[in-house]
Amino acid sequence: MSVTFIHLGLLNVFTDAFNFIFHQQEARTGSTLVGGPDQALHLIGQHLKVTFLALGAAVAIALPAGVILGHLQRGEGVAVAIGNAGRAVPELALIAFVAAFIGVGLGNVTIAFAVLGIPPILTNTYVGMSQVDRNAVEAGRGMGMNALQIVFRIELPLAVPTIMAGVRTAAVNIIATVALASLAGVSTLGDYILGRNVYGDAGVVAGAILIALLTLMLELSLAGLQWALTPRGLKLARAGAAA
Amino acid sequence: MTLALAKLAPLLAAVEIHKRTGGNASCVAQNKAFCPGWAIDNFDRYTTPLLNHLLIVLVAVGIGFAVAFGMALLSHGRRWLVPTFTGATGVLYTIPSLAFIFLLLPITGLGWTTAIIVLSVYTLQIIYRNTVAGLANVPAESKEAGLGMGMTDRQLLWRVELPLALPEIIAGLRIATVSTVAIASLMVFANVDTLGAPLYQQITFKTNIVIAGGLTILMAISFDLLLLVAQRLLAPWRRSSREATA
Repeated sequence: MSVTFIHLGLLNVFTDAFNFIFHQQEARTGSTLVGGPDQALHLIGQHLKVTFLALGAAVAIALPAGVILGHLQRGEGVAVAIGNAGRAVPELALIAFVAAFIGVGLGNVTIAFAVLGIPPILTNTYVGMSQVDRNAVEAGRGMGMNALQIVFRIELPLAVPTIMAGVRTAAVNIIATVALASLAGVSTLGDYILGRNVYGDAGVVAGAILIALLTLMLELSLAGLQWALTPRGLKLARAGAAA
Repeated sequence: MTLALAKLAPLLAAVEIHKRTGGNASCVAQNKAFCPGWAIDNFDRYTTPLLNHLLIVLVAVGIGFAVAFGMALLSHGRRWLVPTFTGATGVLYTIPSLAFIFLLLPITGLGWTTAIIVLSVYTLQIIYRNTVAGLANVPAESKEAGLGMGMTDRQLLWRVELPLALPEIIAGLRIATVSTVAIASLMVFANVDTLGAPLYQQITFKTNIVIAGGLTILMAISFDLLLLVAQRLLAPWRRSSREATA
């Protein structure tokens, strides 16, 4: 009896949540209309905008740094320490720190989430570059390649799987926490999940569903991108190893 | 003369306020980077969040460890279970933390239960993977020596394999604990007063951000060092063998 009751209650909340996404309705606070596809799409767009700005900034900073350190095989301690420290950074403290000390708004929020994305990309790029088979590098040098050619034609392509794993970790971390941008004056899907008194339980759960779906889609598309960027030789080598 | 006094008046007033409040009011009013006076006077408001934070991390990592360790033992003799468990814990790990809290809202409501479920689920992957890797890396010679001494499978597991896997297991525990300390801040959104609560309530008050954020990071570092020491104490041969090869 009680089990059926819980299940019906569960179903209701999730039905309400989908209803909230597809149909506009009156806010908990009255007078204004909330929910519906237009508002949901707007917030999804905002959410993705902040995510890609921050991810782009993180890649722009961490990738070249990792490539240079990895190519030179220098600064292993720094690269690994930054990766470890990144895990210990509380997201909420980071966004609060940026909001209080630097300011609110899109630019500042982008900085905060870029900081969140840098450690996994830097560490993985460093590890990927420095673990490239030295024989392959020597072969390139023997063919008369200069340092730039070795980086772009040998080391980077061979490090793609490891680098992309770092980018995926960073992307998932960022898109999952970008909801906190709503605390620093930037509208995202966080508006729904942090605005229970306006949007009600239906809005909160709708926001959670949308964030989970966006994260899943980003993860899958980056996995596809990783597959597309991996050199054919590496794929063949792996298939051979697996067979 | 009067002009000089008029110029002095605001300064004297400021000095007066400074005397009365011990310098806190103006510092707080100007929202300076850190107001030590305010911090000392108001530190008690951080004790409950600090203790809640500590408690939730210990409980969540404890539950996560028990479950992941059980899964590792379960899949120890059954290698075909490893990809299944690795996949399952990996999928759970990618659920965004904030979304996870509110997806549980219709099921467990908001509160400690929800917060502990979310936090312990995130620890599963790393603890499971490290335990499995630790067990897999036990040298075959050690196992054969144990078998040669007439050990049963169970004795082999508890007396040879697990002790030798300890460094990897604790390494997983370290990573899990440090990230749990960080994510526990978000549990303010599950209505648990962790150190995230003061952050959320006064997000523009700098002294508050420095104290609450600082305490969280300090807790993460302390756990990391504690577990490092535990690792050294419980697996002393690890260090001596490394020194021997160095």
